[in-house]
Amino acid sequence: MEQVLLLLTTGENGSIGKAEREAVTATRNLVCALGGSVWTVGLIGGTISPAAEQLAGCGAAGFVGVEGKEFAVSRYASDAAAAEALCRAIGAGLVLAPGSSRLMRALGGVAQRLGARIDTHVVGLRVQDGAIQADRWYYRQRIEATLTRAHRPWILALDPGSFPPWDGAPGTASVKRVPLELGPEAQRTDVVGLQAVDTGEQTIRPEAELLFVAGAGWTKKQPDGKTHVEEAAHLILEFVRKTKASLGSSKSLVDLAGEGQAVLPFLTHLHQVGQTGATPRHPKGLATCCHGEEPHVVGWRFIGERRAINLDANCGWARGKADVLYVADAFEVLRAALRLLEGNEHR
Amino acid sequence: MNLSFHIVVCAGIVPDPLQTLEPVIGDSGPALKNEMLLPAVLDPWAAHALYEAAHLARGHAGSKVWLVSLSPRAKLQQVMMTVAQKAPFELVALDGPAGGFTDSAEVAGALAAAIEAIPGLDRSRLLLFGGWESAARGAGTTLAMVGERLGIFDQFQGVDELRVEPDGSLRILERVEGGRHQISRCAGPPAVLGWATGSLAEPPNQPQLGMQNMRTILPALQRAQSVALPAAELRFVRVALPSQQRQTRIVRDVAAEEVAREIVDWIRG
Ligand SMILES: Cc1cc2nc3c(=O)[nH]c(=O)nc-3n(C[C@H](O)[C@H](O)[C@H](O)COP(=O)(O)OP(=O)(O)OC[C@H]3O[C@@H](n4cnc5c(N)ncnc54)[C@H](O)[C@@H]3O)c2cc1C
Repeated sequence: MEQVLLLLTTGENGSIGKAEREAVTATRNLVCALGGSVWTVGLIGGTISPAAEQLAGCGAAGFVGVEGKEFAVSRYASDAAAAEALCRAIGAGLVLAPGSSRLMRALGGVAQRLGARIDTHVVGLRVQDGAIQADRWYYRQRIEATLTRAHRPWILALDPGSFPPWDGAPGTASVKRVPLELGPEAQRTDVVGLQAVDTGEQTIRPEAELLFVAGAGWTKKQPDGKTHVEEAAHLILEFVRKTKASLGSSKSLVDLAGEGQAVLPFLTHLHQVGQTGATPRHPKGLATCCHGEEPHVVGWRFIGERRAINLDANCGWARGKADVLYVADAFEVLRAALRLLEGNEHR
Repeated sequence: MNLSFHIVVCAGIVPDPLQTLEPVIGDSGPALKNEMLLPAVLDPWAAHALYEAAHLARGHAGSKVWLVSLSPRAKLQQVMMTVAQKAPFELVALDGPAGGFTDSAEVAGALAAAIEAIPGLDRSRLLLFGGWESAARGAGTTLAMVGERLGIFDQFQGVDELRVEPDGSLRILERVEGGRHQISRCAGPPAVLGWATGSLAEPPNQPQLGMQNMRTILPALQRAQSVALPAAELRFVRVALPSQQRQTRIVRDVAAEEVAREIVDWIRG
């Protein structure tokens, strides 16, 4: 029998978000497949009761938590201490957690403290012949693997977007508080706040239906022998706004900024998709003016339907990387698409 | 106030991203086909950490940069031919597997021991740098474990910016969800910083610097102790290339209006 702990952090109002609810589903399913194991939810946050109430019907045997204003912020020292305390309180052999930026920062260190082993970016879980198997990617989504471990404790951080979020009814639940005093060494860091990278509006939208990716071609000389960076910026932003898409970029395009070339001012390295960028999850993706080279396309692993617009019929997308390649001028296509989208708005 | 730093950058090597990778199952678990023949590069995010370290050291007199790498010695030597031209550093080499199918706990143990043995390293001024995730295992856990082993409890991951304030505190920007940065202020070293892209472009090759670095790099490679990473309890059930080939429909010689209509319909679909 495994002693299973699901670690979650709460947000500002003490509730939990989508990645956390996905981890609830994963844990429920795993415990069910294991048969006979019990699981506990461990909560960390400024306030934690709202989360416990949210999860009252999730099937966990109980709730434990570390609560206090010093645990409200996403900070390594306090989060690692809290997670460690909860794991020890439960004597957990198997620890699951959402792979949020907050827990991803803390869990490696927690594994070290507990003498545990850890696997992150887990995208699938199952029980086979009594053993837990975890699926994850290697070499930046280029090789898929399934692994199992005999070692306990074993920490598994789950990639957001890999499991359906649990959405059972709330109820009443009581939480056993685990007392934890932080020493001064755990309070050398203050969290000052959050900052959007986009100067104007938010263009990275993880929940969007569509990922729109802009490549370096937008800033290159066009058939008329000139560049049209201003129009490119306008077309891209308007299209992203009208379709409520999330904006991505190729590495070449964001790197141009560092080299002092004409660039699209709203793009940063956080928009970069690929080997050294993000691997976002969206049902659909549209690549424009990017060539579709392997280091870029590995970032498209979790994009469902893929289409691309490129002047070059021999670009990378044509070689089985996209479902549809439109050999066309992206400027012309976007101009026309905006007319269609605008026309519809006025209807 | 002494605002100088001892910066240790942990960096593995990985196959050049433009190479085709194919997994094979060997006696000691999975590996890449022809792994030793594939051209390698310094792990990209760790390379950014190295550039940031060199930049920080340049701005704070008395600072020093070490590069600690656990990788197959011969491959590391090849990679160093280029990396040595990018930034001044002293190499600490460990000879062992650099592939993705190793375990971060074991790698962290070897790295921490090597760092503890660096002569003259002032741990009170230590900034432990590296990439926030490798391009091989991509676990994002190794640096945290090394930090814990060295007793460093201020840790940051997905770092894009580090600013040293006049009072010696560190202002750090980390990537968080939704394309945002979290801003933190840390009292000062020691700290762990797992870098994302940062803000510096790759430095141009400087042959003069390369030759200077190689004088200490070659002896360091010769000294490299071999490290075994058995990961005995970790078992891979399956390792495979994804079936990623799609049947691409190529649409050409169609008016932009038509293409736009098809795309808009698809988006709405
Ligand atoms: C270590 C390493 C890591 C890397 N990591 C990444 C990564 O994370 N992400 C990434 O993206 N890349 C990465 N790369 C770089 C990658 O190999 C490519 O160089 C890059 O993706 C190319 O960007 P691009 O397609 O935008 O630009 P280009 O290759 O310059 O392509 C521009 C394209 O635009 C098209 N075009 C121009 N005008 C028009 C028009 N009017 N209409 C339609 N099409 C037009 C052209 O036909 C061309 O195909 C990495 C490389 C290395 C070595």
